[in-house]
Amino acid sequence: MANEFLKNRLQVNRRHFLGKLSVGLGSAALGSLLVPDLFKGGKDQVGDLPLGVTHFAPKAKRVIYLFQNGAPSQLESFDYKPKLREMFGEDLPASIRNGQRLTGMTAGQDRFPLVGSKFEFNQHGKSGAWVSEIFPHIASIVDDICIIRTMHTEAINHDPALTFMQTGAQQGNRPSMGAWLSYGLGSENKNLPAFCVLLSRGEGNGQGVYSKLWTNGFLDSVHQGVQFSSGEDPVLYLNNPEGMDRPSRRRMLDRLAELNAKSYEDFGDPEIQTKIQQYEMAYRMQTAVPELTDLSKEPEHIVRMYGADCLVPGTYAANCLLARKLSEAGVRFVQLYHQGWDQHGNLVGEMQQQALDVDRASAALIKDLKQRGLLDETLVIWGGEFGRTNYCQGKLSPENYGRDHHPRAYSIWMAGGGIKPGVVYGQTDEFGYNIIENPVHINDFHATVLHQMGLNHEQLTYKHLGRRYRLTDVAGEVIHDLIA
Amino acid sequence: MNRASLSIYGIRPRWIIFSLLATSFFLWQCRMQSIGGQTAEVDYNFDIRPILSDKCFKCHGPDANKRESGLRLDTEEGAYAALKDQPGHFAIVPGNLKSSEVYTRITSSDSTLLMPPPESNLALSKEEVALLEKWIKQGAEYKPHWAFIPPKAAPLPKLKDQSWAQNGIDYFILNEMKKVGLQPNEKADKHMLLKRLAFDLTGLPPSLELQQQFAQDESADAYEKVVDELLASKHYGEKMAIPWLDVARYADSHGYQDDGLRTMWPWRDWVIHAFNENYSYAKFLTWQLAGDLLPETNKETLLATGFNRNHKITQEGGVIDEEYRIEYVTDRTNTFGKAFLALTFECAKCHDHKYDPIAQKDYYSTFTFFNQVPEKGLVGTIDASFADPPNMAISDEDVKDLLQFINKKDTAVVEVMVMKDSSQIRSTHVLDRGIYDAPAEEVTFGMPAAVMEFDTTRFPANRLGLAQWLLADENPLTARVFVNRVWQEIFGRGIVATSGDFGMQGDLPTHLGLLDWLAVDFRENDWDIKGLVKTIVMSATYQQSAKVSQRQLDKDPENVYLSRFPRLRFEAEVVRDHVLASSGLLNPEIGGPSVKPYQPGDIWVVATSGRGLLMNYIQDHGPKLYRRGMYVFIKRTVPPPSMLMFDASNRDQCEVQRLRTNTPLQALVMLNDPHVLEASRVLAEQLLTDSTLSHSEKLAVAFQSIICRPITTEESEVLLEAFQSEQSIFAENPERTQAFLNIGEAPRLGWEDEAELAAFMQTIHTIFNLEEAITKT
Repeated sequence: MANEFLKNRLQVNRRHFLGKLSVGLGSAALGSLLVPDLFKGGKDQVGDLPLGVTHFAPKAKRVIYLFQNGAPSQLESFDYKPKLREMFGEDLPASIRNGQRLTGMTAGQDRFPLVGSKFEFNQHGKSGAWVSEIFPHIASIVDDICIIRTMHTEAINHDPALTFMQTGAQQGNRPSMGAWLSYGLGSENKNLPAFCVLLSRGEGNGQGVYSKLWTNGFLDSVHQGVQFSSGEDPVLYLNNPEGMDRPSRRRMLDRLAELNAKSYEDFGDPEIQTKIQQYEMAYRMQTAVPELTDLSKEPEHIVRMYGADCLVPGTYAANCLLARKLSEAGVRFVQLYHQGWDQHGNLVGEMQQQALDVDRASAALIKDLKQRGLLDETLVIWGGEFGRTNYCQGKLSPENYGRDHHPRAYSIWMAGGGIKPGVVYGQTDEFGYNIIENPVHINDFHATVLHQMGLNHEQLTYKHLGRRYRLTDVAGEVIHDLIA
Repeated sequence: MNRASLSIYGIRPRWIIFSLLATSFFLWQCRMQSIGGQTAEVDYNFDIRPILSDKCFKCHGPDANKRESGLRLDTEEGAYAALKDQPGHFAIVPGNLKSSEVYTRITSSDSTLLMPPPESNLALSKEEVALLEKWIKQGAEYKPHWAFIPPKAAPLPKLKDQSWAQNGIDYFILNEMKKVGLQPNEKADKHMLLKRLAFDLTGLPPSLELQQQFAQDESADAYEKVVDELLASKHYGEKMAIPWLDVARYADSHGYQDDGLRTMWPWRDWVIHAFNENYSYAKFLTWQLAGDLLPETNKETLLATGFNRNHKITQEGGVIDEEYRIEYVTDRTNTFGKAFLALTFECAKCHDHKYDPIAQKDYYSTFTFFNQVPEKGLVGTIDASFADPPNMAISDEDVKDLLQFINKKDTAVVEVMVMKDSSQIRSTHVLDRGIYDAPAEEVTFGMPAAVMEFDTTRFPANRLGLAQWLLADENPLTARVFVNRVWQEIFGRGIVATSGDFGMQGDLPTHLGLLDWLAVDFRENDWDIKGLVKTIVMSATYQQSAKVSQRQLDKDPENVYLSRFPRLRFEAEVVRDHVLASSGLLNPEIGGPSVKPYQPGDIWVVATSGRGLLMNYIQDHGPKLYRRGMYVFIKRTVPPPSMLMFDASNRDQCEVQRLRTNTPLQALVMLNDPHVLEASRVLAEQLLTDSTLSHSEKLAVAFQSIICRPITTEESEVLLEAFQSEQSIFAENPERTQAFLNIGEAPRLGWEDEAELAAFMQTIHTIFNLEEAITKT
């Protein structure tokens, strides 16, 4: 009991410190981040308050989230439903639809003709997981990943669904997952933000991304996701202006420090000293970031793994490789978004192209982390914001079709970070419409991710305008069956 | 938490501007110390309710559905009644610790009995338990929540020495300061005082002429004259509008996914106009809430109602119309609660409020007022409409006539969204768990009775009645909430630090008497906003120096007692304004369509869905590059990055308070944003071409324009040396020099010695990067 109470007490203290004082401290010390001395965890303490302490031993230290933006069809990827082929063109039985609301795009259809995958499925690996033929590289790593076929959500449109998946709420300016982890665990690298965001786009129907997906919400703005790219300007405002070289920048900073120090003598305001340090940190970032985002020095075998595209800035492949480098350097949460998965029509052509964009590099990332011994401590997540209907939207032909949004069941996969490898979790009905076994709600998914990072989703809270907020709002259960 | 332990990391926390919530902790600590003696009286509102609210009300509070064991501790009746599951036992027996089950449970060593239960992740500290013990012993007296008792003008505290006080504010401030053994700082020097005043009232630096004029004016009312001059500036309205645009979640795009263009900027022009014309807060509020329902309406009163249409609007194909229509009404309801009442209404959307006396039914009663608009959840997909109906067209004739304050750039009609009520009342229901298609009990127009009854025999049952209800003398919140926010804008923190939450979980006022004195004064003076601002800046409290001694840092690190003026970094928009204004680049035009100045990279196009007018960021040129920060185009899904880095709102929803952080990304903006470099070059070249000045005089002018005080000898030496040594380095690198001078589109004036110009530009750029440059001193 005493121990339990003490634990609780420490937790309250820690929460108190992080929650209430993080502006003070965060702002003083962190840019996006950036002070491992304070946030790397372990023995470090400030006063009597432990910091960066997890609730229990973490399995994973970092997350890389490969978001497939627009909602890739589960029925053409990981949820094999031969029955739908048999019933080609027949109506979705009302008993299966069972009151499910529809989007405005198909609500007006007078028929809901079922359609099976145009692509072949085969079983792979020791686990025998079914994977569609358009993902041959991911098929080759099925024994390293855990496929969840029973994700579900309440949202039925992209904006609220993406926002739900990333922030735990469909509406409102809530902090995103990465911001929560930055807040809860801080950064491992003093020269890099704890939360980085990488964007790319395929040729398929796109739905845009929004900065609210990587917002800090009501948390301190140091927890906001920082957009990175592998291009010439990897972080906004990072590069010195034309004509300003590094020695001249150094001389300028020295003069600034001298004058600011004098100002500190006059005013006695500690904020002035913080400012001096922030300028030094900015200067360090200017070297650290470009070294990291320069992919041109990657060895040939790595380039071959990720595909030649990985040398083209802004591609999904380049972002996967950059994600590995950022993660390896200690970035807590790397968030990728790849647009183009919204196949309301022309699914066959578009999905093939989208798969081509992401298949090789997604698998390469897993293999690369594994060969570096990093997969155990890095949790990789692959998936979209909801599923797609088993019936056709628009014109149905044997060659092509489209699928509308479907919130009741969709597939994602996770790898590494203490997640059971080689597992296929959850069952949908033979129509791929309803979950019949082991549902995983978004709140459960968030609870599980936090758990792998050593955080109790009910204890990672932040008090804002009178209420303690959580990533999982008021629900969520850790899915222990997913955990190795 | 002590400073020594932090400084071993070479880092000191920023004491000046602290988290809103930290304040309550600090005050509570002070309070803890002050009641260490046995005799001190424990106060329900200040000592007990914060503990009960934070640790107990979640299960034993106002939310009937989540109440455990039928016990509620937020009311006297509930706490004193016999326990439902233990007849003959009582939660609290005033004066009797042993018979008070609450005390037994919070001190139990049995974890199955302990309250709060360990699994709640809540726990009481020893000090909290001690306070509750003392309170029960002293009779466990409950009091109504302070914020729900209408403010009464209290007499000014009695001061032995009244010589420091300039007006009523100072009586309250000095009285509290004395209690903790602090003394006010000396008066700020004239330059510092003018700098803070000019930025507080106009968001712009004082011109060199004004600096000189004020420095030389030795008359007794010199300060008041300059206060009046700045209050009369047309830029006053712009400065006052900035926080109101956050409150009103104003933006130039619709928000959700495709995020198309909207044209609400005439509404923004109206806000500036209203502040400049010093519309009373009563009129300002009434027109925005109900300008369409007044006995006499016109295009201006209608335009003002755009306030309630500034929320995000979806254009995503396939959304369910009613789901989003309800979302808009929800946004209006939440905004109303936060903006005017500083209550967290949104917490009662899905269930009774856990802490405040706002039942779910109350929420939907308030919702009713905003649920009468003839509108759709989805009017059309991207670019279908820049102003969804109901809307109003503004023509050239209107701008020549009633709407002269609108800065309309061309002859095309501009459409803005406005409010309107349907001719038939739309029935409103409680929505089960807040879900749009789960209507339950029907409700009608009303407000939470704990705040103030909405008496339909007195107020019309519509938004106009709601405005009248807000302005009624007995309304406990309206005036307090507004004066608190004005105070916050000037001192960096409200008298109630949680300016968006005056409820049970919010912070207590640090100076309740002052808050009430200001609120009553404001209301009795016809809600005169300029008058309120003037009262604040005329106080001795405001005019103190910002220097901080070690003693002050030790005794009052957060400056709760205001024994010094707080040094505050400028808001995001004002950082930009200062760079433009002090370099002479500023285009002082007021209002008009928002502009697109320099922005790095392709940040719009990488995030776009590939549809709509706002797919690509098409940068403006010429004078539009030099407009004030508040006119920078806000695309909600990709807000201007440098603004966000300086803590501007993303305008996603109503915000009443910005954080103030200090980060390396801000350093990168000041170091590398072309607009700062361009401003440095322009000012450098202007000064170089003035042949009447020596180099050190030119430097002194630049310094005074940016820092707003004369340069010291020491500073002059450092900067002059910098200029000279950089000049010789630039002279050896003509190519680098050229590249450096090419930054920014403002034309060169023809100064031929490029190394000299580049070196002077870099010196000025150094001045812009001084901490003092963007700080109120």
